[in-house]
Amino acid sequence: MMNLVLQTALSDTGNWIANIFFYIIAAVAVVAALKMVTTNNVVHASLYLLVVLSAVAATYVILGAEFAAATQVLVYLGAIMVLLLFGVMLTRAKIGAETDLDYDQRWIGALVATALGAVMMYSLWEGFGDVTMPAEQVPQRTEAVADEIFSTYIVPFEALSVLLLAALIGAVVVARRD
Amino acid sequence: MIELAYWQETILKLVFAFVAVLIPAGLTVNLYLFKMVSFMQSRLGPMEAGPFGSLQLVAEVGKWAQKEDIVPRRADEFVYKASPYVVLLSTFLLVLVVPFGPDAMFANFGTGIFFAMAVSSVSVIGILMAGWASASKYSLLGGLRAAGQLIAYELPLVLAVVGVVIQAGSLNLQDIVMAQHNGEIFGWGAIGNPFILTQFVGFMIFLIAVQAELTQTPFDMPIAESELVSGYMTEYSGFRFLLFFIGEFATANIFAFLGATLFLGGWSIPPFLMDIIPGLAPELDATGAVLSEGGNSAAGMSPWFNLIGPLVMLVKMLALTFIVYWVRFTYPRFREDQLQKFAWKVLIPISLVNIAVTGVLKVVF
Repeated sequence: MMNLVLQTALSDTGNWIANIFFYIIAAVAVVAALKMVTTNNVVHASLYLLVVLSAVAATYVILGAEFAAATQVLVYLGAIMVLLLFGVMLTRAKIGAETDLDYDQRWIGALVATALGAVMMYSLWEGFGDVTMPAEQVPQRTEAVADEIFSTYIVPFEALSVLLLAALIGAVVVARRD
Repeated sequence: MIELAYWQETILKLVFAFVAVLIPAGLTVNLYLFKMVSFMQSRLGPMEAGPFGSLQLVAEVGKWAQKEDIVPRRADEFVYKASPYVVLLSTFLLVLVVPFGPDAMFANFGTGIFFAMAVSSVSVIGILMAGWASASKYSLLGGLRAAGQLIAYELPLVLAVVGVVIQAGSLNLQDIVMAQHNGEIFGWGAIGNPFILTQFVGFMIFLIAVQAELTQTPFDMPIAESELVSGYMTEYSGFRFLLFFIGEFATANIFAFLGATLFLGGWSIPPFLMDIIPGLAPELDATGAVLSEGGNSAAGMSPWFNLIGPLVMLVKMLALTFIVYWVRFTYPRFREDQLQKFAWKVLIPISLVNIAVTGVLKVVF
Protein backbone atom coordinates (compact mmCIF):
# COMPACT_ATOMS: atom_id res chain seq x y z
CA MET A 1 0.00 0.00 0.00
CA MET A 2 2.70 2.41 1.08
CA ASN A 3 4.71 1.45 -1.98
CA LEU A 4 1.77 2.26 -4.23
CA VAL A 5 1.26 5.68 -2.65
CA LEU A 6 4.92 6.55 -3.10
CA GLN A 7 4.98 5.40 -6.70
CA THR A 8 1.91 7.39 -7.70
CA ALA A 9 3.45 10.38 -6.00
CA LEU A 10 6.66 9.95 -7.97
CA SER A 11 5.09 9.10 -11.31
CA ASP A 12 3.41 12.47 -10.98
CA THR A 13 5.95 15.29 -10.74
CA GLY A 14 8.02 15.82 -7.64
CA ASN A 15 5.78 18.71 -6.62
CA TRP A 16 3.41 16.49 -4.64
CA ILE A 17 6.16 15.41 -2.24
CA ALA A 18 7.69 18.87 -2.19
CA ASN A 19 4.30 20.27 -1.10
CA ILE A 20 4.00 17.79 1.79
CA PHE A 21 7.52 18.57 2.97
CA PHE A 22 6.84 22.30 2.67
CA TYR A 23 3.79 22.05 4.95
CA ILE A 24 5.68 19.92 7.48
CA ILE A 25 8.58 22.39 7.56
CA ALA A 26 6.23 25.38 7.72
CA ALA A 27 4.36 23.82 10.64
CA VAL A 28 7.63 23.18 12.48
CA ALA A 29 8.71 26.79 11.88
CA VAL A 30 5.41 28.28 13.12
CA VAL A 31 5.25 26.09 16.23
CA ALA A 32 8.90 26.81 17.07
CA ALA A 33 8.35 30.55 16.57
CA LEU A 34 5.37 30.51 18.95
CA LYS A 35 7.29 28.45 21.52
CA MET A 36 10.19 30.88 21.23
CA VAL A 37 8.16 33.81 22.51
CA THR A 38 6.20 31.83 25.12
CA THR A 39 8.98 29.75 26.72
CA ASN A 40 10.24 30.89 30.12
CA ASN A 41 13.90 30.11 29.63
CA VAL A 42 16.29 32.30 27.63
CA VAL A 43 18.43 29.45 26.31
CA HIS A 44 15.34 27.50 25.24
CA ALA A 45 14.12 30.59 23.41
CA SER A 46 17.37 30.83 21.46
CA LEU A 47 17.25 27.12 20.66
CA TYR A 48 13.69 27.52 19.33
CA LEU A 49 14.90 30.45 17.22
CA LEU A 50 17.53 28.08 15.86
CA VAL A 51 14.81 25.64 14.81
CA VAL A 52 12.95 28.47 13.02
CA LEU A 53 16.09 29.51 11.14
CA SER A 54 16.86 25.89 10.12
CA ALA A 55 13.29 25.52 8.86
CA VAL A 56 13.77 28.63 6.72
CA ALA A 57 16.95 27.06 5.30
CA ALA A 58 14.96 23.89 4.54
CA THR A 59 12.32 25.86 2.61
CA TYR A 60 15.12 27.44 0.54
CA VAL A 61 16.25 23.90 -0.37
CA ILE A 62 12.71 23.00 -1.44
CA LEU A 63 12.63 26.12 -3.64
CA GLY A 64 15.87 24.98 -5.30
CA ALA A 65 17.91 27.86 -3.88
CA GLU A 66 20.90 25.86 -2.66
CA PHE A 67 23.25 28.80 -2.26
CA ALA A 68 20.78 30.76 -0.13
CA ALA A 69 20.18 27.67 2.03
CA ALA A 70 23.89 27.08 2.61
CA THR A 71 24.42 30.78 3.36
CA GLN A 72 21.51 30.72 5.81
CA VAL A 73 23.09 27.77 7.65
CA LEU A 74 26.62 29.23 7.60
CA VAL A 75 25.66 32.75 8.68
CA TYR A 76 22.61 32.35 10.91
CA LEU A 77 23.16 28.92 12.47
CA GLY A 78 26.94 28.74 12.37
CA ALA A 79 27.79 32.30 13.36
CA ILE A 80 24.92 34.47 14.66
CA MET A 81 23.15 31.80 16.70
CA VAL A 82 26.43 30.49 18.11
CA LEU A 83 27.37 34.03 19.19
CA LEU A 84 23.89 34.55 20.66
CA LEU A 85 24.05 31.28 22.62
CA PHE A 86 27.61 32.17 23.66
CA GLY A 87 26.46 35.53 25.00
CA VAL A 88 23.38 34.16 26.74
CA MET A 89 25.32 31.34 28.37
CA LEU A 90 28.08 33.69 29.57
CA THR A 91 25.66 36.12 31.19
CA ARG A 92 22.35 34.57 32.29
CA ALA A 93 22.53 30.84 31.76
CA LYS A 94 20.01 29.72 34.36
CA ILE A 95 18.60 26.22 33.99
CA GLY A 96 14.86 25.95 34.64
CA ALA A 97 11.98 28.42 34.45
CA GLU A 98 12.51 32.14 35.00
CA THR A 99 9.79 34.46 36.26
CA ASP A 100 10.98 37.90 35.12
CA LEU A 101 10.83 37.23 31.38
CA ASP A 102 7.28 38.49 30.93
CA TYR A 103 6.61 42.07 29.89
CA ASP A 104 3.55 44.32 30.38
CA GLN A 105 3.48 45.59 26.82
CA ARG A 106 3.27 42.15 25.21
CA TRP A 107 -0.16 42.86 23.73
CA ILE A 108 1.15 45.93 21.90
CA GLY A 109 4.05 43.81 20.72
CA ALA A 110 1.67 41.13 19.43
CA LEU A 111 -0.36 43.81 17.64
CA VAL A 112 2.71 45.29 15.92
CA ALA A 113 3.92 41.81 14.94
CA THR A 114 0.54 40.89 13.45
CA ALA A 115 0.35 44.16 11.51
CA LEU A 116 3.88 43.69 10.19
CA GLY A 117 3.11 40.08 9.19
CA ALA A 118 -0.07 41.18 7.44
CA VAL A 119 1.76 43.87 5.44
CA MET A 120 4.47 41.42 4.37
CA MET A 121 1.95 38.72 3.46
CA TYR A 122 -0.13 41.20 1.45
CA SER A 123 2.85 42.51 -0.50
CA LEU A 124 4.06 38.95 -1.24
CA TRP A 125 0.56 37.95 -2.33
CA GLU A 126 0.22 41.01 -4.53
CA GLY A 127 3.64 40.52 -6.10
CA PHE A 128 3.84 36.76 -6.53
CA GLY A 129 0.30 35.48 -5.87
CA ASP A 130 -0.18 34.03 -9.35
CA VAL A 131 3.34 32.62 -9.84
CA THR A 132 3.45 28.82 -9.91
CA MET A 133 6.49 26.62 -9.44
CA PRO A 134 7.78 24.91 -12.60
CA ALA A 135 6.84 21.20 -12.71
CA GLU A 136 10.47 20.19 -13.22
CA GLN A 137 12.35 21.85 -10.38
CA VAL A 138 15.88 22.85 -11.41
CA PRO A 139 18.29 23.97 -8.66
CA GLN A 140 19.52 27.51 -9.08
CA ARG A 141 23.12 27.71 -10.28
CA THR A 142 25.57 29.48 -7.99
CA GLU A 143 27.13 31.20 -11.02
CA ALA A 144 23.74 32.74 -11.83
CA VAL A 145 23.51 34.15 -8.28
CA ALA A 146 27.01 35.60 -8.57
CA ASP A 147 26.25 37.14 -11.98
CA GLU A 148 23.11 38.81 -10.62
CA ILE A 149 24.87 40.15 -7.52
CA PHE A 150 27.83 41.57 -9.44
CA SER A 151 25.81 43.12 -12.29
CA THR A 152 22.17 43.96 -11.56
CA TYR A 153 22.49 44.36 -7.79
CA ILE A 154 26.05 45.69 -7.58
CA VAL A 155 25.10 49.02 -5.97
CA PRO A 156 22.94 47.62 -3.13
CA PHE A 157 25.57 44.90 -2.60
CA GLU A 158 28.41 47.40 -2.21
CA ALA A 159 26.24 49.68 -0.05
CA LEU A 160 25.52 46.72 2.27
CA SER A 161 29.24 45.89 2.44
CA VAL A 162 30.08 49.46 3.50
CA LEU A 163 27.21 49.42 6.03
CA LEU A 164 28.50 46.18 7.56
CA LEU A 165 32.04 47.57 7.68
CA ALA A 166 30.77 50.69 9.46
CA ALA A 167 28.89 48.51 11.96
CA LEU A 168 32.02 46.44 12.52
CA ILE A 169 34.21 49.49 13.17
CA GLY A 170 31.47 50.90 15.42
CA ALA A 171 31.40 47.70 17.45
CA VAL A 172 35.19 47.79 17.89
CA VAL A 173 35.06 51.43 19.00
CA VAL A 174 32.29 50.72 21.52
CA ALA A 175 34.04 47.63 22.90
CA ARG A 176 37.49 49.19 23.31
CA ARG A 177 38.28 50.20 26.87
CA ASP A 178 41.16 52.64 26.36
CA MET B 1 22.83 0.99 -15.97
CA ILE B 2 20.56 -0.23 -13.22
CA GLU B 3 17.50 1.99 -12.82
CA LEU B 4 16.29 2.35 -9.23
CA ALA B 5 13.12 3.94 -7.96
CA TYR B 6 13.60 7.06 -5.83
CA TRP B 7 12.76 5.26 -2.57
CA GLN B 8 15.09 2.35 -3.36
CA GLU B 9 17.89 4.80 -4.08
CA THR B 10 17.14 6.65 -0.83
CA ILE B 11 17.32 3.46 1.25
CA LEU B 12 20.61 2.47 -0.41
CA LYS B 13 22.00 5.96 0.21
CA LEU B 14 21.01 5.77 3.90
CA VAL B 15 22.81 2.43 4.28
CA PHE B 16 25.89 3.71 2.46
CA ALA B 17 25.90 6.90 4.57
CA PHE B 18 26.15 4.77 7.72
CA VAL B 19 28.90 2.67 6.08
CA ALA B 20 30.82 5.76 4.95
CA VAL B 21 30.65 7.33 8.41
CA LEU B 22 31.09 4.36 10.75
CA ILE B 23 33.52 1.99 8.95
CA PRO B 24 36.32 4.55 8.41
CA ALA B 25 35.82 5.83 11.98
CA GLY B 26 36.19 2.32 13.43
CA LEU B 27 39.16 1.59 11.17
CA THR B 28 41.13 4.73 12.06
CA VAL B 29 40.38 4.52 15.78
CA ASN B 30 41.62 0.91 15.87
CA LEU B 31 44.59 1.46 13.58
CA TYR B 32 45.79 4.86 14.76
CA LEU B 33 44.33 5.71 18.16
CA PHE B 34 44.87 2.24 19.64
CA LYS B 35 47.85 0.74 17.82
CA MET B 36 49.97 3.39 16.10
CA VAL B 37 50.00 5.66 19.13
CA SER B 38 50.99 2.73 21.31
CA PHE B 39 53.96 1.97 19.09
CA MET B 40 54.95 5.66 19.13
CA GLN B 41 54.99 5.43 22.93
CA SER B 42 56.94 2.11 23.01
CA ARG B 43 54.06 -0.05 24.20
CA LEU B 44 51.91 -2.73 22.61
CA GLY B 45 48.42 -1.27 23.00
CA PRO B 46 45.38 -3.56 23.16
CA MET B 47 46.38 -7.19 22.56
CA GLU B 48 43.62 -9.36 24.09
CA ALA B 49 40.46 -8.87 21.97
CA GLY B 50 40.95 -10.58 18.61
CA PRO B 51 44.23 -11.01 16.70
CA PHE B 52 46.64 -8.21 17.75
CA GLY B 53 43.75 -6.51 19.55
CA SER B 54 41.92 -5.74 16.31
CA LEU B 55 38.49 -6.33 17.90
CA GLN B 56 39.19 -3.96 20.81
CA LEU B 57 36.74 -1.37 19.46
CA VAL B 58 33.90 -3.94 19.35
CA ALA B 59 34.59 -4.67 23.00
CA GLU B 60 34.63 -0.94 23.83
CA VAL B 61 31.34 -0.28 22.05
CA GLY B 62 29.79 -3.23 23.90
CA LYS B 63 31.04 -1.75 27.18
CA TRP B 64 29.62 1.72 26.45
CA ALA B 65 26.30 0.40 25.19
CA GLN B 66 25.55 -1.40 28.46
CA LYS B 67 26.53 1.46 30.77
CA GLU B 68 23.82 3.44 32.51
CA ASP B 69 22.67 6.61 30.76
CA ILE B 70 23.06 9.11 33.61
CA VAL B 71 21.42 12.56 33.57
CA PRO B 72 22.59 14.93 36.34
CA ARG B 73 19.70 15.91 38.64
CA ARG B 74 19.84 19.66 37.92
CA ALA B 75 20.48 19.24 34.20
CA ASP B 76 18.07 20.40 31.51
CA GLU B 77 17.03 16.92 30.49
CA PHE B 78 15.78 17.40 26.93
CA VAL B 79 18.63 19.63 25.77
CA TYR B 80 21.13 17.38 27.57
CA LYS B 81 19.83 14.30 25.77
CA ALA B 82 19.47 15.94 22.36
CA SER B 83 22.92 17.51 22.08
CA PRO B 84 24.93 14.38 21.00
CA TYR B 85 22.49 13.93 18.12
CA VAL B 86 23.04 17.52 16.95
CA VAL B 87 26.79 16.85 16.84
CA LEU B 88 26.20 13.61 14.92
CA LEU B 89 23.75 15.34 12.56
CA SER B 90 26.50 17.67 11.37
CA THR B 91 28.76 14.63 10.73
CA PHE B 92 26.14 12.92 8.58
CA LEU B 93 25.31 16.13 6.68
CA LEU B 94 29.01 16.56 5.92
CA VAL B 95 29.38 13.15 4.26
CA LEU B 96 26.53 13.95 1.84
CA VAL B 97 28.63 16.06 -0.51
CA VAL B 98 31.78 13.90 -0.67
CA PRO B 99 32.13 12.25 -4.12
CA PHE B 100 33.44 8.66 -4.06
CA GLY B 101 33.21 8.02 -7.81
CA PRO B 102 31.69 9.37 -11.04
CA ASP B 103 28.19 8.42 -9.87
CA ALA B 104 28.96 7.25 -6.33
CA MET B 105 27.95 10.29 -4.34
CA PHE B 106 25.05 10.99 -2.03
CA ALA B 107 24.04 14.37 -3.46
CA ASN B 108 25.64 16.33 -6.29
CA PHE B 109 25.13 19.79 -4.81
CA GLY B 110 26.09 22.75 -6.99
CA THR B 111 27.31 24.49 -3.84
CA GLY B 112 29.31 21.38 -2.72
CA ILE B 113 32.16 22.60 -0.55
CA PHE B 114 30.25 25.69 0.61
CA PHE B 115 27.46 23.43 1.90
CA ALA B 116 30.09 21.30 3.69
CA MET B 117 31.62 24.34 5.39
CA ALA B 118 28.14 25.51 6.42
CA VAL B 119 26.96 22.24 8.00
CA SER B 120 30.29 21.61 9.72
CA SER B 121 29.52 24.64 11.90
CA VAL B 122 26.31 23.05 13.20
CA SER B 123 28.31 20.81 15.55
CA VAL B 124 29.25 23.89 17.63
CA ILE B 125 25.59 24.27 18.56
CA GLY B 126 25.49 20.68 19.85
CA ILE B 127 28.63 21.30 21.90
CA LEU B 128 27.21 24.53 23.40
CA MET B 129 23.95 22.71 24.21
CA ALA B 130 25.89 19.94 25.95
CA GLY B 131 27.99 22.40 27.90
CA TRP B 132 25.04 24.44 29.12
CA ALA B 133 22.55 21.63 29.82
CA SER B 134 24.95 19.60 31.96
CA ALA B 135 24.59 22.10 34.86
CA SER B 136 28.29 21.82 35.60
CA LYS B 137 30.96 24.53 35.68
CA TYR B 138 33.48 22.36 33.88
CA SER B 139 31.03 21.50 31.11
CA LEU B 140 29.96 25.13 30.62
CA LEU B 141 33.57 26.36 30.48
CA GLY B 142 34.42 23.60 28.03
CA GLY B 143 31.44 24.42 25.84
CA LEU B 144 32.27 28.14 25.78
CA ARG B 145 35.92 27.47 24.99
CA ALA B 146 34.84 25.10 22.21
CA ALA B 147 32.51 27.71 20.71
CA GLY B 148 35.19 30.43 20.78
CA GLN B 149 37.74 28.12 19.21
CA LEU B 150 35.46 26.68 16.52
CA ILE B 151 34.29 30.14 15.41
CA ALA B 152 37.90 31.34 15.24
CA TYR B 153 39.11 28.39 13.15
CA GLU B 154 36.04 28.21 10.93
CA LEU B 155 37.33 31.32 9.13
CA PRO B 156 40.79 30.03 8.10
CA LEU B 157 39.14 26.74 7.11
CA VAL B 158 36.72 28.47 4.72
CA LEU B 159 39.38 30.91 3.47
CA ALA B 160 41.87 28.08 2.80
CA VAL B 161 39.29 26.32 0.64
CA VAL B 162 38.59 29.51 -1.37
CA GLY B 163 42.02 29.19 -3.06
CA VAL B 164 41.07 25.75 -4.39
CA VAL B 165 37.65 27.03 -5.48
CA ILE B 166 39.24 29.89 -7.43
CA GLN B 167 41.64 27.51 -9.15
CA ALA B 168 39.00 24.91 -10.01
CA GLY B 169 36.43 27.57 -10.95
CA SER B 170 33.62 25.74 -9.17
CA LEU B 171 32.19 25.03 -5.72
CA ASN B 172 31.02 21.58 -6.80
CA LEU B 173 33.31 18.86 -5.42
CA GLN B 174 32.93 16.66 -8.50
CA ASP B 175 34.07 19.61 -10.63
CA ILE B 176 37.03 20.13 -8.30
CA VAL B 177 38.06 16.46 -8.71
CA MET B 178 37.78 16.72 -12.49
CA ALA B 179 39.66 20.05 -12.57
CA GLN B 180 42.56 18.25 -10.90
CA HIS B 181 42.24 15.28 -13.27
CA ASN B 182 42.11 17.41 -16.43
CA GLY B 183 44.76 19.82 -15.17
CA GLU B 184 48.26 20.01 -16.53
CA ILE B 185 51.53 21.13 -14.97
CA PHE B 186 53.06 23.36 -17.68
CA GLY B 187 51.63 21.10 -20.40
CA TRP B 188 52.60 17.85 -18.64
CA GLY B 189 49.37 16.01 -17.75
CA ALA B 190 50.61 12.59 -16.62
CA ILE B 191 49.58 13.10 -13.00
CA GLY B 192 46.95 15.77 -13.63
CA ASN B 193 47.34 18.76 -11.33
CA PRO B 194 46.58 17.85 -7.72
CA PHE B 195 45.97 21.14 -5.93
CA ILE B 196 48.36 20.22 -3.11
CA LEU B 197 51.13 21.37 -5.48
CA THR B 198 49.71 24.79 -6.33
CA GLN B 199 47.74 25.34 -3.11
CA PHE B 200 50.29 24.05 -0.62
CA VAL B 201 49.76 27.04 1.68
CA GLY B 202 46.01 26.43 1.57
CA PHE B 203 46.59 22.75 2.29
CA MET B 204 48.65 23.48 5.41
CA ILE B 205 46.08 26.01 6.69
CA PHE B 206 43.31 23.51 5.97
CA LEU B 207 45.09 20.78 8.00
CA ILE B 208 45.76 23.11 10.95
CA ALA B 209 42.20 24.47 10.95
CA VAL B 210 40.75 20.95 10.72
CA GLN B 211 42.87 19.90 13.70
CA ALA B 212 41.39 22.82 15.64
CA GLU B 213 37.82 22.23 14.40
CA LEU B 214 38.07 18.64 15.67
CA THR B 215 39.41 19.90 19.05
CA GLN B 216 42.32 17.46 18.72
CA THR B 217 45.56 18.18 20.59
CA PRO B 218 47.32 20.69 20.32
CA PHE B 219 43.98 22.52 20.08
CA ASP B 220 42.15 20.62 22.84
CA MET B 221 41.55 23.47 25.31
CA PRO B 222 37.78 22.71 25.32
CA ILE B 223 38.37 19.25 26.81
CA ALA B 224 41.65 19.96 28.58
CA GLU B 225 41.62 17.05 31.03
CA SER B 226 44.06 18.61 33.51
CA GLU B 227 41.76 21.57 34.21
CA LEU B 228 38.24 20.79 32.91
CA VAL B 229 37.95 17.00 33.56
CA SER B 230 36.60 16.39 30.05
CA GLY B 231 35.01 19.72 29.07
CA TYR B 232 31.52 19.59 27.63
CA MET B 233 31.55 15.76 27.75
CA THR B 234 32.22 15.58 31.49
CA GLU B 235 28.73 14.55 32.60
CA TYR B 236 27.96 12.18 29.74
CA SER B 237 28.10 8.43 30.13
CA GLY B 238 27.31 5.28 28.21
CA PHE B 239 25.66 5.54 24.83
CA ARG B 240 25.58 9.34 24.65
CA PHE B 241 29.30 9.56 25.36
CA LEU B 242 29.77 7.01 22.58
CA LEU B 243 27.83 9.29 20.22
CA PHE B 244 30.17 12.21 21.01
CA PHE B 245 33.12 9.87 20.50
CA ILE B 246 31.80 8.71 17.10
CA GLY B 247 31.01 12.30 16.15
CA GLU B 248 34.56 13.41 16.93
CA PHE B 249 36.42 10.63 15.10
CA ALA B 250 34.00 10.20 12.19
CA THR B 251 34.19 13.95 11.55
CA ALA B 252 37.98 13.63 11.46
CA ASN B 253 37.64 11.06 8.68
CA ILE B 254 35.13 13.08 6.71
CA PHE B 255 37.33 16.17 6.87
CA ALA B 256 40.15 13.92 5.63
CA PHE B 257 37.85 12.80 2.78
CA LEU B 258 37.18 16.47 1.98
CA GLY B 259 40.90 17.26 2.15
CA ALA B 260 41.63 14.35 -0.21
CA THR B 261 38.98 15.63 -2.62
CA LEU B 262 40.18 19.23 -2.52
CA PHE B 263 43.94 18.75 -2.57
CA LEU B 264 44.88 15.17 -3.51
CA GLY B 265 42.71 14.61 -6.59
CA GLY B 266 39.77 12.85 -4.88
CA TRP B 267 38.65 9.45 -6.15
CA SER B 268 40.49 9.67 -9.47
CA ILE B 269 43.92 8.12 -10.08
CA PRO B 270 46.74 9.79 -12.06
CA PRO B 271 45.74 9.96 -15.76
CA PHE B 272 48.81 8.04 -17.00
CA LEU B 273 47.69 4.99 -14.97
CA MET B 274 44.30 5.14 -16.73
CA ASP B 275 46.04 4.84 -20.08
CA ILE B 276 48.09 1.82 -18.94
CA ILE B 277 45.33 -0.18 -17.19
CA PRO B 278 42.84 -1.58 -19.77
CA GLY B 279 39.19 -0.60 -19.39
CA LEU B 280 39.82 2.57 -17.38
CA ALA B 281 40.35 5.00 -20.24
CA PRO B 282 37.86 7.89 -19.95
CA GLU B 283 35.51 8.98 -22.72
CA LEU B 284 36.75 12.34 -24.04
CA ASP B 285 34.86 15.20 -25.65
CA ALA B 286 36.01 17.33 -28.60
CA THR B 287 38.44 19.44 -26.56
CA GLY B 288 40.22 16.43 -25.04
CA ALA B 289 38.80 16.90 -21.54
CA VAL B 290 36.68 14.21 -19.87
CA LEU B 291 33.11 14.16 -21.17
CA SER B 292 30.60 15.90 -18.93
CA GLU B 293 26.89 15.35 -19.06
CA GLY B 294 23.83 16.69 -17.26
CA GLY B 295 25.61 18.61 -14.49
CA ASN B 296 27.96 15.70 -13.72
CA SER B 297 31.40 16.69 -14.97
CA ALA B 298 32.73 13.12 -14.44
CA ALA B 299 30.17 11.37 -16.68
CA GLY B 300 32.88 10.31 -19.14
CA MET B 301 34.93 8.43 -16.54
CA SER B 302 34.92 4.63 -16.57
CA PRO B 303 32.07 3.21 -14.41
CA TRP B 304 34.69 1.01 -12.73
CA PHE B 305 35.61 4.09 -10.73
CA ASN B 306 32.41 3.70 -8.73
CA LEU B 307 34.17 0.65 -7.20
CA ILE B 308 37.81 1.81 -7.34
CA GLY B 309 36.99 5.37 -6.23
CA PRO B 310 35.94 4.53 -2.65
CA LEU B 311 39.13 2.49 -2.18
CA VAL B 312 41.30 5.30 -3.57
CA MET B 313 39.49 7.71 -1.23
CA LEU B 314 40.07 5.33 1.68
CA VAL B 315 43.83 5.25 1.02
CA LYS B 316 44.03 9.05 0.71
CA MET B 317 41.84 9.47 3.80
CA LEU B 318 44.13 7.15 5.82
CA ALA B 319 47.15 9.21 4.74
CA LEU B 320 45.55 12.48 5.91
CA THR B 321 44.13 11.02 9.13
CA PHE B 322 47.62 9.69 9.90
CA ILE B 323 48.83 13.30 9.98
CA VAL B 324 45.96 14.29 12.31
CA TYR B 325 46.85 11.57 14.85
CA TRP B 326 50.60 12.08 14.41
CA VAL B 327 50.27 15.75 15.33
CA ARG B 328 47.78 14.92 18.08
CA PHE B 329 50.29 12.75 19.92
CA THR B 330 53.37 14.87 19.20
CA TYR B 331 52.61 18.45 20.25
CA PRO B 332 51.69 19.89 23.65
CA ARG B 333 48.49 21.90 24.15
CA PHE B 334 48.14 25.56 23.14
CA ARG B 335 47.21 28.07 25.83
CA GLU B 336 43.80 29.73 25.21
CA ASP B 337 45.23 33.16 24.27
CA GLN B 338 47.94 31.63 22.04
CA LEU B 339 45.26 29.57 20.34
CA GLN B 340 43.10 32.60 19.54
CA LYS B 341 46.09 34.72 18.48
CA PHE B 342 47.29 31.97 16.15
CA ALA B 343 43.95 31.88 14.34
CA TRP B 344 43.31 35.63 14.06
CA LYS B 345 46.84 36.99 13.65
CA VAL B 346 48.60 34.22 11.71
CA LEU B 347 46.26 31.87 9.85
CA ILE B 348 43.63 34.38 8.65
CA PRO B 349 46.13 36.96 7.25
CA ILE B 350 48.11 34.19 5.49
CA SER B 351 44.97 32.70 3.96
CA LEU B 352 43.80 36.15 2.78
CA VAL B 353 47.17 36.69 1.08
CA ASN B 354 46.85 33.20 -0.42
CA ILE B 355 43.45 34.09 -1.88
CA ALA B 356 44.77 37.36 -3.35
CA VAL B 357 47.81 35.67 -4.91
CA THR B 358 45.70 32.79 -6.29
CA GLY B 359 43.24 35.26 -7.78
CA VAL B 360 46.00 37.26 -9.48
CA LEU B 361 47.72 34.13 -10.83
CA LYS B 362 44.40 32.71 -12.06
CA VAL B 363 43.85 35.86 -14.14
CA VAL B 364 47.46 35.97 -15.37
CA PHE B 365 47.63 32.30 -16.54
